[in-house]
Amino acid sequence: MPDLGLEVLLKGNNMLRLLGGLWVAVKISLISIGLSIPLGILLGIIMTRKNIAIRCLTKLYLETIRIMPQLVLLFLVFFGSTRSLGWNLSGETASVIVFVLWGTAEMGDLVRGALISIPRHQYESSEALGFSKAQSYLYIILPQTLRRLIPLSINLITRMIKTTSLILMIGVVEVLKVGQQIIEANRMTSPNAAFGIFLVIFILYFLVCWPISLAARHLERKWS
Amino acid sequence: MNAAYIEKFLPLYQRAAILTVRIGIEGIFLAILIGLLCAIILYEKIPVIRQVVMVYVEISRNTPLLVQLFFIYYGLPKVGVRLSPEICGVIGLAFLGGSYMAEAFRSGLEGVENIQRESAYSLGMNRFQTMRYVILPQAVSTSIPAFIANIIFLLKETSVFSAISLMDLMFTAKDLIGLYYKTTESLTLLVVFYLMILLPVSILGAIVERRMRYAGFGS
Repeated sequence: MPDLGLEVLLKGNNMLRLLGGLWVAVKISLISIGLSIPLGILLGIIMTRKNIAIRCLTKLYLETIRIMPQLVLLFLVFFGSTRSLGWNLSGETASVIVFVLWGTAEMGDLVRGALISIPRHQYESSEALGFSKAQSYLYIILPQTLRRLIPLSINLITRMIKTTSLILMIGVVEVLKVGQQIIEANRMTSPNAAFGIFLVIFILYFLVCWPISLAARHLERKWS
Repeated sequence: MNAAYIEKFLPLYQRAAILTVRIGIEGIFLAILIGLLCAIILYEKIPVIRQVVMVYVEISRNTPLLVQLFFIYYGLPKVGVRLSPEICGVIGLAFLGGSYMAEAFRSGLEGVENIQRESAYSLGMNRFQTMRYVILPQAVSTSIPAFIANIIFLLKETSVFSAISLMDLMFTAKDLIGLYYKTTESLTLLVVFYLMILLPVSILGAIVERRMRYAGFGS
């Protein structure tokens, strides 16, 4: 049995530190998703408006955010804001800003897609029944939209968690960084730690994202 | 903004962009092959291999590329598998992309109505012919939107390669920010070069998507 460097994890509180690092990543994605969902729902509703100016603006926002890799956005906000605006953002703040911007765009598009997938006659029927605009949204449109929306937004959560691995690159101490620190600290005693540590991080990410994916798929099947 | 610096940085970005595109193309090409193979295995319900493919798809879809790359680049050498950063990048991208492509093709294959397959059989086609001439063309057509979205997604994912010391666009930008403290110039060039790579693909994708909408018979 070759030395896989797994014993490092049992030394001191290394495993706890790794989990703490994972929590940093998950926490940032939870905050971002918590902000993105309401903002995205708002954006999605706005995007279904017929007004040309609103349409162009929201489309522009969506496409600009979407075409750039998230890492580029992180760099723009983290390094760019310091230089051109004089802000001194911490890595965490910068990543929350980027993930909210990105999450709102993605969520907005999902909401828009779900809203326009509701057949016109649903709107018309509710109007014919004398529902006000707010009532027809609340009682007729939203319940139907939610069924399509919830599985997709759960998927967005896993994407968000996976993307938070990038925050390592703007200096946030998260699970990969903690892993590197542990590997460096134990360079002499267990030179093979890199294999064990990165394997464990790989498994940790899988254990976080997999149940969420399963839940999304389950709901999708149940409601479709 | 300082034009002199932009001129000075331009060749560096050019080289980085070429590297990014090359690894992107290689990785995506492999991902398409893996995806097609996996999708057919899942569709034809080949025992045992099918379970392996399912496990692979779950693992690859539920872990970030960066973590996969760290494991391949820093972890595997410890057990004797030593690969160059470039090969690691291609393998990582193919490993990640394969499952996304597989899902796209699989949903395309499942979208083909069963009557198509039955009709093909009753016309005397064998299993291979049915796949080649009846099922695949329609499946490809319906999976085009997901396929194009995946290509753009994978091209964007190449941005994490700087973490395994590949001299790609991100690496160049970060390097130049550190060396000259010319943040504005470096970031502008970074955005411009990514746009030059991603915009044409995205526009071309939209055109292809419109052109390829021919399937949907028998539904």
